[in-house]
Amino acid sequence: MNVEAAPRLKLVGVSKSFPGVRANDNVNLSVKPGEIHALLGENGAGKSTLVKMIYGILAPDAGEIVFDGLPVRISNPRAARRLGIGMVFQHFSLFEAMTVLENIALGLDSRLSSRELLAEFNRVLEAYGLKLDPRRVVSTLSVGERQRIEIVRALLLKPRLLIMDEPTSVLTPQEVEQLFETLRKLAASGCSILYISHKLHEIVALCDTATILRGGKVVAHCDPKRETSRSMAEMMIGANLKEIAKPASRSFGAPKLAALRLSLPKPSEFGVALEDVALSVRAGEIFGVAGVAGNGQNELLSAMSGETLALTADAITLAGREVGRLGVAERRNMGLCAVPEERNGHAAVGEFSLTDNGALTGRDRMEMVRFGLIDPGRAINYAAEVIGAYAVKATGPGALAGSLSGGNLQKFIMGREILQRPEALVVCQPTWGVDAGAAAAIHQAIVDLAARGSAVMVISQDLDELLTLCDTIAVINLGRLSAPMKVGQVSIEEIGLLMGGVHGDPAATVEMTEALHAHPA
Amino acid sequence: MNIGFFIDALVTVVGVTTPILLAATGELVVEKSGVLNLGIEGMMLIGAVTGFAVTFNTGPALGDFAPWAGVLAAALAGVASSMLFGVLVLTLGSNQVATGLALAIFGIGLSALVGAGYVGMIVPSFDSLFPDRLAGDPLWRVVFGYSPLVYFALLMVFAVGWFLNRTRAGLILRAVGENDLSAHSIGYSVIAIRYAAIAFGGALAGIAGAYFSMVITPMWAEQMTAGRGWIALALVVFSGWRAGRLLAGAYFFGVLMTLELYAKASGFSFLPSQFWAAMPYIAAVIALAVISAREVAGTEAPACLGRPFLPNS
Amino acid sequence: MRIRLEKRLTPSRFMQIATPIASVLLTMALGAIIFQLIGFDGPRAIYETFITPIVASYKWQDVATKAAPLIIIALGLSLGNQAKIWNIGAEGQYIVGALAGAGVAFMLPHATGFWVIPLMIAAGIVGGIAWAAIPAFLKTRYRVSEVLSTLMLVYVALQLLNYLVSGPWKDPNGHNFPQTPPFTPAQLLPHAIPGTDVPPGLVVAVVLTLLFWLLTARSVYGFSVRTVGAAPNAARYGGFDASRTVWSTLLISGGMAGLAGILEASSQLGQINLGFPSGYGFTAIIVSFLGRLHPVGVFLAALILAVTYVGGQVAQTVVHVPSATAGIFQAMMLFFILASDILVRYRVRILREAPRAAPAEAVA
Repeated sequence: MNVEAAPRLKLVGVSKSFPGVRANDNVNLSVKPGEIHALLGENGAGKSTLVKMIYGILAPDAGEIVFDGLPVRISNPRAARRLGIGMVFQHFSLFEAMTVLENIALGLDSRLSSRELLAEFNRVLEAYGLKLDPRRVVSTLSVGERQRIEIVRALLLKPRLLIMDEPTSVLTPQEVEQLFETLRKLAASGCSILYISHKLHEIVALCDTATILRGGKVVAHCDPKRETSRSMAEMMIGANLKEIAKPASRSFGAPKLAALRLSLPKPSEFGVALEDVALSVRAGEIFGVAGVAGNGQNELLSAMSGETLALTADAITLAGREVGRLGVAERRNMGLCAVPEERNGHAAVGEFSLTDNGALTGRDRMEMVRFGLIDPGRAINYAAEVIGAYAVKATGPGALAGSLSGGNLQKFIMGREILQRPEALVVCQPTWGVDAGAAAAIHQAIVDLAARGSAVMVISQDLDELLTLCDTIAVINLGRLSAPMKVGQVSIEEIGLLMGGVHGDPAATVEMTEALHAHPA
Repeated sequence: MNIGFFIDALVTVVGVTTPILLAATGELVVEKSGVLNLGIEGMMLIGAVTGFAVTFNTGPALGDFAPWAGVLAAALAGVASSMLFGVLVLTLGSNQVATGLALAIFGIGLSALVGAGYVGMIVPSFDSLFPDRLAGDPLWRVVFGYSPLVYFALLMVFAVGWFLNRTRAGLILRAVGENDLSAHSIGYSVIAIRYAAIAFGGALAGIAGAYFSMVITPMWAEQMTAGRGWIALALVVFSGWRAGRLLAGAYFFGVLMTLELYAKASGFSFLPSQFWAAMPYIAAVIALAVISAREVAGTEAPACLGRPFLPNS
Repeated sequence: MRIRLEKRLTPSRFMQIATPIASVLLTMALGAIIFQLIGFDGPRAIYETFITPIVASYKWQDVATKAAPLIIIALGLSLGNQAKIWNIGAEGQYIVGALAGAGVAFMLPHATGFWVIPLMIAAGIVGGIAWAAIPAFLKTRYRVSEVLSTLMLVYVALQLLNYLVSGPWKDPNGHNFPQTPPFTPAQLLPHAIPGTDVPPGLVVAVVLTLLFWLLTARSVYGFSVRTVGAAPNAARYGGFDASRTVWSTLLISGGMAGLAGILEASSQLGQINLGFPSGYGFTAIIVSFLGRLHPVGVFLAALILAVTYVGGQVAQTVVHVPSATAGIFQAMMLFFILASDILVRYRVRILREAPRAAPAEAVA
């Protein structure tokens, strides 16, 4: 490669602030033509903001963007596309009620007749070996297929720079492999790729170079092939990874939380049906449920918490009592607490104060209610207790939940449930989007809760988290739960296979194993 | 019951259908873009009084063209009043239901205020588009004998249907109403598109109102639209947000409204006149239930209907 | 120089209270100008509409009489609005409530005794509830928007009223006017406080305001309604059933509207005719917004709107503005409160263009 060639993209001293936070601070970045360049960082490090500026959705407060040697001002996505910058978002911009072809037409700037569009569409599918039916209505497509629409949209404009924002969080290992093939072909033809991810093993497998962001600043450039996952993780987090303090060998008590033959129909068009789920969590045990997003995790949490009623009362038992047909409030009164994945809007109400959020789930167990009225004093005291016990950075119980940072709000939510001294706790994605410090505190809180005799179930897409925390682990795939396995007696490979969904399918197993071996974690 | 009776009935049906067809066609575009404008009644009345006033005042100067000036003014007045709604809802993010109602109430009051001085006056009406031989013919007037606004209404509904389903601009408008955040991410100006849709709805509502004060009767009276604006809303819903069904539904409602008129006039009460008057609303409610229950793709309400556009939340 | 809107971290308490007040004042100012331009005595029209009913004590009863139904209906509406449930068919529920109560009265034309009135009132409440049950059912079962269904039913209710007073319930001694026979003395509401002219409706309104205040501020039910409105998923997680909230808020607002209807019919008019629907159901929506969905705010906002109703009539006689004037002012107040709402959630910042930073050293 010609060392003197002008970089495809250069960012010089780019900065961006929002009220209360400096999202990007003096960022310098350089991407060569045909290079696959990783952009690494934890949630909140500033990756999304940075690429939004490259794609014209936001404007930098300071600094310069240089494309193919010329300084440019990218005022909107259309201007970005005109330059040859394409972007595939993490959250798709699709129109459910319309067809694939209509969606693609909407994503294009040029006016092509339907015939021309179809021809171009087929050309791209051929060139990159992709499969997609133009007449299907988007609402009927799988997540992987929907992403393909976004990719085709980007490819149609013959991009010189393609930005991929966390593309594999919703894909099966097979689909990931397909995606990497497409990207490699694209890079070989001279297009640069800016690949945002926090999945270290993928970056090692795919990318030529990496830029690491932390707290809005660039903290390192490196060659992923020369680093280890651990060293890159440490650069991302900025501290040595701590070991979780877990009592070495623990004895477990009687089963406290169990599900048997738990089956539920799909809650909606895009939901997942639960099929014959069986699990058992003993007192003091931390039970993990691993899986790729979209395989029924939220449905499982809803079923366990009571937001969705089971079909039979005995499908779910708590300390021996059948609770399958009881609602959330009743299960909570009996000692089953839960924390759903979505902080703002589900586990907590952003517009409400911490006091009100405390009353949201704690009002019965913490005895705040008399004659149908909530005692404001008790509600405030409880919120203050949670804030104090879990070092939540907030101005007080009156602070609005929406004003807290992700990590602090998550600490409050977890603390709110744990201080209710539940018999059993089910949490989903406990540390998603949470800074490392808060994540460690949450993990410790979970471990302590289990040590006090509660049964804890952790549903997470972060395999590392589960392997650190849990005693037992099972994998959920397409709504089915695998048999439980003791952590320490199972290999990552096996788990990966189960996540890819190969219960007893020999041919698929072989394929999957080979794919996994080609890119060691 | 002779052919003359049927001709009369048909002509009446077309006559009562036209204003709601016009207003509903405009509102269809607005709702397809994701906005719910309940203020149709107010915009229609503002159009009615404006059309009347301008025609009256330009009559001496413009003669036969005065009614055209009036209709144009009515359309512009409709646009202006719809912009009041638009600014509040799109730029200031206010609640669409309340703002639409405020527009309706405001329009009713403002038109009464402005029209106070015109009560009892008469304006010249439109010249027919067709020669008297056809327009006046006892049989052919069913096709040719209408005011130009009737043909305009038909033209509009076909144009809107074609626009929404066969043009790229229409596709984009539908996309905005389907998923505003996605459209915004791609780079379409959701706000600008919605402003345009609202203005179009206002123009047609204004013209619909002018139909009352310039065609049905060449006079002005307070609240002369008599709730037709609300029927137009019912019609959009009843049509499942599809232009073809809108046309059919409009004439269906027109038949119901005509039955009400005949029931009132002749005292023929197989069913009381109030039943026919209530039928369009009952039909709309039933249609709503059926549409929501069946979830047939393409006939649901635009997914963003009534929700504010919050790109940064 | 640019104007930028910054989202506030907490909604501004000051603005929440200041904006309704500002809306009224701005309406007065702008209204005066508009009327002056059209040719009326603008400032005088405003004075008569807004100030006279407040300072002239002989008008207070009128204001109280008009305020009572507005308060009652708007209390119910504001509860639903907190749950983001928009009942705009209160006018229809008001009518059906009055018809139900009147129906009971006509079925017992010779009944006397203190139980007649409570029975009529109960019937009125039930009537309003029943009329609101239809949209509630449609929404929970078929996901039909309550905005559209409640609105359509208003016009059905109007036709029902029309039919009844022109047909089966027409007063045989009424010279063929479309109106019902007048209520008997046993069917008319007595004075609430004997010896005074305080309208009975107002007493009911005050009691209900206090009740709703308690409900909204402290009860679990009030909390559930607020939560359903703010975040339906969180409400479900907190053990609150959204369907039940739809039913309860719609039925409560329907019942309140029906109550207002029968109270009006049996105290003010003493009969029902085509002029009975006074638009209270729609004005109550304005009251709910102007009062910021809070029971005390609603009480005060209803007083203000009642003032405009009464004042509008005064202005009609003194300044000769048309009867539609009150409606214009009410709509203007609503416009202003809706427009200024943004100031509660956003702060206005006036910025200068930021100077461009010099490019830094490029990093390889």
